[in-house]
Amino acid sequence: MGPVAVLGKVAMHTRRTAALAALALTLAGSGAASAQALQAAAALQGTAVDFSGTWANRLHEDWIERAPGPHIGDYTGLPINDEARAVADAYQVSMQNMPERQCILYTTQYIVMGPQNLRIQQELDPISGAVIAFHMSGTVDRATHDIWMDGRPRPSPNAPHSAGGFATGKWEGRMLTVTTTHLKSGLVWRNGVPHSDQATMVEHYVRHENMLTVTMILTDPIYWEEPFIRSATFELDGNTRVLPEPCEPQVEIPRSPGEVPHYLPGANPYLAEFPKLFNLPAEAARGGAKTTYPEYGKALRSTYRAPDKCTVYCCGGTTLTVMNNNQGACRSDDPPPASPASPPAAPPARRE
Amino acid sequence: MQTLGRIFRAGAGVVLGVAALMFASVAAQGRGAAPQAPAAPAPPPTGKAGAPIDLTGNWVSVITEDWRWRMITPPKGDYASLPINMDAKKAADAWDPAKDEAAGDACKAYGAPGLMRLPMRLRISWQDDTTMKMEADAGTQTRLFHFGDWKAPGGAPTIQGDTTASWETGARGRGGNQPPPMFGNLKTVTKNLRPGYLRKNGVPYSDKTTLTEYWDLMRQPEGEPWIVITTVVEDPTYLGRSWITSLNFKKEANGSKWDPSPCSAR
Repeated sequence: MGPVAVLGKVAMHTRRTAALAALALTLAGSGAASAQALQAAAALQGTAVDFSGTWANRLHEDWIERAPGPHIGDYTGLPINDEARAVADAYQVSMQNMPERQCILYTTQYIVMGPQNLRIQQELDPISGAVIAFHMSGTVDRATHDIWMDGRPRPSPNAPHSAGGFATGKWEGRMLTVTTTHLKSGLVWRNGVPHSDQATMVEHYVRHENMLTVTMILTDPIYWEEPFIRSATFELDGNTRVLPEPCEPQVEIPRSPGEVPHYLPGANPYLAEFPKLFNLPAEAARGGAKTTYPEYGKALRSTYRAPDKCTVYCCGGTTLTVMNNNQGACRSDDPPPASPASPPAAPPARRE
Repeated sequence: MQTLGRIFRAGAGVVLGVAALMFASVAAQGRGAAPQAPAAPAPPPTGKAGAPIDLTGNWVSVITEDWRWRMITPPKGDYASLPINMDAKKAADAWDPAKDEAAGDACKAYGAPGLMRLPMRLRISWQDDTTMKMEADAGTQTRLFHFGDWKAPGGAPTIQGDTTASWETGARGRGGNQPPPMFGNLKTVTKNLRPGYLRKNGVPYSDKTTLTEYWDLMRQPEGEPWIVITTVVEDPTYLGRSWITSLNFKKEANGSKWDPSPCSAR
C-alpha cells in the first residue's frame, strides 16, 4: 500500500478527510504525490468538481422554446409519437390558470431546460465534508432538483412520484451523471408536449472554465419514439438572481365548476398556423424521430422555400422578452451596443 | 467533542508520521543513487497516445434543438437567439444567396463556426499520431485538429481555419509512461477563419473570429454514446458577446449513411 493510500485510510478513519488531506499535501510537497493525493482526497470527499453557485441562462439556443414559448402545434425536432401529439393537440394553456392547477410545478427537467437561471448548492456532511447532495433550483414553478450523492437506494417503482422525482448522481471523472426516475407526468414544452410518469431522465453535467453544460436525455416509453436529447450551457454569474416566486392560487377567470380548457380531438383550430407561418409541410411540424436526422432535412430542403422575410421575432435578441413583431423599432439594449464603426443606436423602444 | 478531538489528534499524528516516512523515502532515494543531473520529466503524452476518450468513428447530428434554424434555411432577417450587433444585422439583412453563388462563395455557411450546427454526419479519425481529422458530409468539409506544439503556418484565412487541440484531463501525475486517464475532454481552438455565416440565412462572422470547442463524450448505460460540444464563438466585429451553444452527435455503428454533398448557398 502506497503512502497516499495510507493517508486515505487514515483520513477515512478520522472522518476529517479534507483537513487531513490538505495537511498531508502541505507536508509531502512532492508534485506527483500532490496530484495523487488531491485525487484521493476528492474521491474520499465525494466530489470532483464543485458546481455550486448561480448560473446564468444565456438563451443562445432553444430560445423560442425556452423564452417566448413555442408556437401552438410546433413539434419540430421532437421525437414524439402519436400519443404525445394527441395530448399536445388537446392542450389549452389557459388550463394553467384554473386555481387547482396554478401551483402545479413543472417537473424537474424544466429546471435546466426552462427559460431561467440556475442555482446549485452542495449539501455537505458536517463532519466529513462529503457531498451528500446537490440541490438545484430555478425561479418559477419548478420542482427542486435534489441529486443524492450518498448512495442511497432507489425507491420501489411503486413509490409515490413527484415533480422533482428521485435523482442520484455519480462522478465519471469530472462529469457528474445523474439519473432521475419517479417523475410525475409533466410538460416538456409549454405548448403541451408531455412526458409521462414513466420517463427516465439522464443528465450529464460538465464544467469548462466558467461554463456549465447540462445534457439531458429523456427516455419515455409512453410518449417518445426515441430518447430526446437536449443540452444547455450556463455561465457562472454571481449577479444572477434566482429568487423563488411563491405561488398563491386565485381565480383569474371565472369558470363553471369542473370546466377544464381543452380541445377535443381534431378540433384545435390553431394547429395549422405554425406550418403556414414558415411554409413548412404539416408533417414536418408534427415532429417524430425521423424528422430529427439529416436525411429528412436533405429531402425537405429539395422542395422547401422559406418565406420571403422574417415575420415573427425579427428583432433578434437573446433575452426572455423581445418584441414579437417586425413593425416597430427593435430594442437597443439587446443585443449589446454596436461596434465603433456603426452609427449611434436608435433610442430604446417602449416594451409591450 | 472530546472524543472527536482525540480521534482527530490521533489521525493527525498518524498523518504526520506517514508524511515523515514519505520524506525519508525520497531522501533515501536521493542518497543511494549515483550523482547525476536530474532528468527532465517527460511531458505527458498528447495526440493519439494521450487520448483519454475515443472520439473516432461515425457520428450523426440529431436535430432536436433549434430545428427551424438548422434543418432548413430560415427567412432573411431571422436572427433571434444570436447575440449579434447592428453591423451583423445590417449584413444579414443584405444576404443574397444568388450573389454568393455567383461569387463562388456557396460554402460561407460551412466554415467551422456555422458548419457544426448543420444537419450532417461526422467521421472522426486519426490522420497521424498528432492530427485528428474530422470530416463532415455536409458541404464535404474537413477539419484538422493539431496536437502538441504545432504552429499554424500562417497565410490567408481558410474556410476551416487553423485548429490547435489539447486534452483536458484534470489532475494527473507527471511522466510519459503512465496510461492515459479514463476521463477528460478535447479542447480545440480555431482561428484564421475566412468570413462566413453563423446561420445559413447570412448572419455573419468575421475573419477575427475565434472558435473554442470542448468535446465531451457521454457514455450511456443503455444506448449509443454521444459527443456533446460546448461551443464558444467570439467575434469582435459582429458579436456583442460570446455566442455559447452546445451540440449533440450520436454514435453510429458504421458509415453506411455517409452522404457527402456540395455546399449550398440556399
